[in-house]
Amino acid sequence: MPIPVKSLKAQQHQFANPAYQLEVLQHAGTEEGDFPHFGAKLQEHQLYPLQPTGTTILQVNVGKMCNQTCRHCHVDAGPDRKEIMTRATMQLCLDALAKSPQLTTVDLTGGAPEMNPDFRWFVEQLSGMGRQVIVRCNLTIILANPKYHDLPEFFKKHQVQVVSSLPYFSASRTDAQRGDGVFEKSIKALQMLNVVGYGQEGGGLELNLVYNPSGAFLPASQRSLEAEFKRRLLGAYGVVFNSLFCITNLPISRYLDYLIESGNYSSYMEKLVTAFNPEAAANVMCRNTISVGWDGALYDCDFNQMLELKVQPGTPQHIRDFDLGQLDQREIVLNQHCYGCTAGAGSSCGGSTT
Amino acid sequence: MENTYYNPADLKKFGNITELQPEMGRKFFDYYGEVFKEGALTEREKALIALAVSHAVQCPYCIDSYTSDCLEKGADENQMMEAVHVAAAIKGGAALVHGVQMMNKIKDLTM
Ligand code: SF4
Ligand code: SF4
Repeated sequence: MPIPVKSLKAQQHQFANPAYQLEVLQHAGTEEGDFPHFGAKLQEHQLYPLQPTGTTILQVNVGKMCNQTCRHCHVDAGPDRKEIMTRATMQLCLDALAKSPQLTTVDLTGGAPEMNPDFRWFVEQLSGMGRQVIVRCNLTIILANPKYHDLPEFFKKHQVQVVSSLPYFSASRTDAQRGDGVFEKSIKALQMLNVVGYGQEGGGLELNLVYNPSGAFLPASQRSLEAEFKRRLLGAYGVVFNSLFCITNLPISRYLDYLIESGNYSSYMEKLVTAFNPEAAANVMCRNTISVGWDGALYDCDFNQMLELKVQPGTPQHIRDFDLGQLDQREIVLNQHCYGCTAGAGSSCGGSTT
Repeated sequence: MENTYYNPADLKKFGNITELQPEMGRKFFDYYGEVFKEGALTEREKALIALAVSHAVQCPYCIDSYTSDCLEKGADENQMMEAVHVAAAIKGGAALVHGVQMMNKIKDLTM
């Protein structure tokens, strides 16, 4: 299946509508009937209502613009997306952080976060506050335009932890998910990051890769795939990195569209539901993370953000009203896509959770 | 009985074989689970062996299962096709090596 160059939104596709996605998710099932509601599943394991265990990570989505249009993107990002966080909203994030020292880590995501015109300013402020900054860098952005070529140096200067997707150690599987030529450019970008010192063991500049399956299957054990990735990338390209995070694709947005178009939707949902792991459920990332949208709205995670499921009503809904004490008492908003976080070894922005 | 010998939905019912002989069935599945755990061979290597054997025994259930399993365990298409060629080479070789028996017999029977 070729990768469309336009976002679902630009195509005016029905899956650009979160309400429609939720409707489809409600009616996932097999011949034997719909799957149990995720909340009911948690209740069986005394995990309902699901509440934070103590939030330490603020994940900020600085905009949906991206130089790529990956087939599986849960953000529906792409060059045609114009939603972008303003410096004023970034300032509100900084104010929230200043009054919440518990938030030790700020995880910047997008789109391609580097395409936000105030990205560097924001990173400078965050590192000035002594927070650990994570950037979810798609790698190809580093080569997309000369103005991005010095990103490795910039990341190094601010001790940013770089987390980058590389769905496979071969071009065919990578390009099928992320676009033609992405593998080759990603390898070049990884080499540029290695040159400034990223990914060396014990070097302090962390470079972590994200593996997510290019297809309708679940990821394998993180440890075994990491060893295979390390061997292959070093052998073929001289590339080193620190850890591999295995992430399960959640059935929303473009990945949901892929599942339906390829006829894999029911069997994939069944795989997720069958692989429900209570230990992974206890460790889902929304228990220690709060997600901020490009417009400052607050969500339990980046997936809920894309489904426009804001944090529980009655708790602060916008970063300008941020109050960690109150937010840590909230009940997390759940839906059927949450099965993606609890399958097998569990899945989060930091990889497996068990 | 159904109208076809194979139905993909039957694969999920494999576990039901314990209904008619619980003890042997359970022992089989325990053993099966143990075999596929990481040991001297990795889980990925075992999945590739299973894929090759699936082709040699021409079991559509196993081909279905172990194609998914190989992908999940991180094997790539090249490795998977090479595994199938190993199965094909052994099957073909096994047929062909009996040609020696045929040649022996020809020698016995002819002047
Ligand atoms: S997955 Fe990442 S790199 Fe790909 S389109 Fe989405 S935001 Fe961009
Ligand atoms: S999808 Fe979001 S809310 Fe649901 S379990 Fe995963 S992190 Fe939590």
